[in-house]
Amino acid sequence: MTNPYVPVLVLMAVAAVLALGGVGASAVIGPKRYNRAKLEAYECGIMPTPHAVGGGRLPIKYYLVAMTFIVFDIEVVFLYPWAVNFAYLAAYGLIAALTFLALITVPFVYEWRRGGFDWV
Amino acid sequence: MNDFVPPHIDWAALSPIIVVLGAGIVGVLVEAFVPARARRTTQLVLSLGGLLGALVAIGLLWDSVQSNVILVVGDSFDLTPFGLAIQGIVVVLAFLSMLVIADRSGGQDAFAPTAAAVPGSRYEEEARRAGLQQTEVFPLALFSTGGMMLFAATDDLIILFVALEVLSLPLYVLSATARRRRLLSQEAAFKYFLLGAFTSALTVFGIALLYGFAGSVHLPVIADALAGRGDSPLAGLHVLAVAGIVLVCVGLLFKVGAAPFHTWTPDVYTGAPTPITGFMAVCTKAAAFGALVRVLFYLGQGFDAATRHEVHVLLWTVAIATMAIGTIVGVVQTDIKRLLAYSSIAHAGFVLVALVAFDEVATSAVLFYLLAYGLATLGAFAVVSLVRERIATDDAGAGGTRDSLILGEATHLAQWAGLGRKAPWLTAAFVLFLLSMAGVPLTAGFVGKFAVFGAAIHAGAWPLALIGGVASAISLFYYVRIIVLMVFTPASDEAGDGVPAAGAGVAGPLGAAGVAEPRGAADVAEPLGAAGVATVTQARPATRAVVTVMTGWGPAAVVVALCAIGVVLLGVVPSWVLDLAAGAAKFVP
Repeated sequence: MTNPYVPVLVLMAVAAVLALGGVGASAVIGPKRYNRAKLEAYECGIMPTPHAVGGGRLPIKYYLVAMTFIVFDIEVVFLYPWAVNFAYLAAYGLIAALTFLALITVPFVYEWRRGGFDWV
Repeated sequence: MNDFVPPHIDWAALSPIIVVLGAGIVGVLVEAFVPARARRTTQLVLSLGGLLGALVAIGLLWDSVQSNVILVVGDSFDLTPFGLAIQGIVVVLAFLSMLVIADRSGGQDAFAPTAAAVPGSRYEEEARRAGLQQTEVFPLALFSTGGMMLFAATDDLIILFVALEVLSLPLYVLSATARRRRLLSQEAAFKYFLLGAFTSALTVFGIALLYGFAGSVHLPVIADALAGRGDSPLAGLHVLAVAGIVLVCVGLLFKVGAAPFHTWTPDVYTGAPTPITGFMAVCTKAAAFGALVRVLFYLGQGFDAATRHEVHVLLWTVAIATMAIGTIVGVVQTDIKRLLAYSSIAHAGFVLVALVAFDEVATSAVLFYLLAYGLATLGAFAVVSLVRERIATDDAGAGGTRDSLILGEATHLAQWAGLGRKAPWLTAAFVLFLLSMAGVPLTAGFVGKFAVFGAAIHAGAWPLALIGGVASAISLFYYVRIIVLMVFTPASDEAGDGVPAAGAGVAGPLGAAGVAEPRGAADVAEPLGAAGVATVTQARPATRAVVTVMTGWGPAAVVVALCAIGVVLLGVVPSWVLDLAAGAAKFVP
């Protein structure tokens, strides 16, 4: 009797060979033609500017971006399985999903009232 | 396809948690709609009201839970007397913490006007001038409390993990909100977040291993599988179960600050705003010990001799290491918040001593100890939040009102010299808290230690109790050192030009700093690495920091008084609480 996990092991081995092999092969047979633009930190065709005065840290208020992400993205992630099982879960699922929607509206309202959507 | 059967939900059993989390949600809406002037008061009333409501709900549930365990939401949450008792402890301590959070002695609270601004930036300065304040602190603390209440009342590992995150995430944010020493605070929050996220991952991995072993995340089912009654294909693999138990325990031991996983504690406790430090030190610890007791005791029912031995080895090692590090490293601390952090590590070790017993005696001892420790520690941190630095200018009174010159907390121990003369009552209360932590008779700490070590001896773990006794004796040294410093040493700023002439002899290395730099004068003037160590100032020859104590009956002072009364009551007449704890130490009525 073979161990049921042997195929998993084989799959991992194949994945490792593919990943390492790709990196190794491109290091060996890939063309190497360096020039100045190629060696810059961002190869985008525009000269990088020096750092801003004071360390260059910008107050981007990342928490607002994070909140927007949670509200709109995570919401959908949780609603999708409910939509798939909508008929099966019936009224219970509907109430649970509506409760979830009401709760996730709270941070949305908070963000809106505190100016999180005023981008300019 | 079968028809879907909705799980039965006992709303009454969930009511304490719902009230607290509901108050938090309303708090977020308050932030959105109530004008800025009224927000603080509204939030305070809402938070205190929510916690009181939860306490009432716990009281109403108390009798019904004694006769039968209430199963809620398809067995994933079951309300036992033990879970309810932990919830009660958490709510009471959170209520007191909320009062310390609300304290505005000296005209300002302990929180940054805009925690998201770059420290030292113009934006931050503008926000401070405009008198902005972040009242989001209150809903965040409420969410964290709700998570803690759930943490100790579930025997489903997935819910346990969700509760772990719900209690941790607000704490990461709250740690970063200190009004002064912004960089230190942000560093603390970042350390806490990284290490916390890492141990959360370990916990999830442990849960996955246990699920692989037993085919369920439900603790009684896993216990059955451990006892050889499982039907999972991997049920024979005990290695899997032991690895899973160890990993889940690592996550919980991280939260209680036990020894190989304690390294975040001193830094985070120092950097976080003091009211939040108090909240973290008592409420998180109570909830995490509740969860630890629950996980270990449930699974312990299914342990065979070998597994029990392996878990015992883990617990003994961690308990001894925790007590040793907490007491020995605590001896050389020069910052009061760091010292209290090491003290809290040592206390975690003492509670772990009781845990090796796996029985009801130990459970009631843990409950009592958590309450005794919680009152003393919360009171101590409330005192710390009231001992401040004040800029003494040579032409005193010329620049603005006196209140506006009050700075952050004077946390260096040298600054605590002679406090007994400045604020006798506050010092008396602090001495009481320290004596209780040391376990001196007639304080709550003595009864707690007696119960904890008694439980260990009862279970035959007398070497552990012996080590605990030795550790208590060592810790007594550093508690008494602070008492001597406060009561018998003259203040450094009374002894001439800021030279601690008499203080140096008694206080040893602490006396060296003399008059510390007025921290927070520029809010971020302190370099990152100087965690808690005050640097001697070179600029501003005309000004120096003088230690001043906020007197008057602010909320923090009320908390100090309440905690002092509680510590004495629990120490002198402990029997009623011990009876209550014994009644709560049941998982199966």
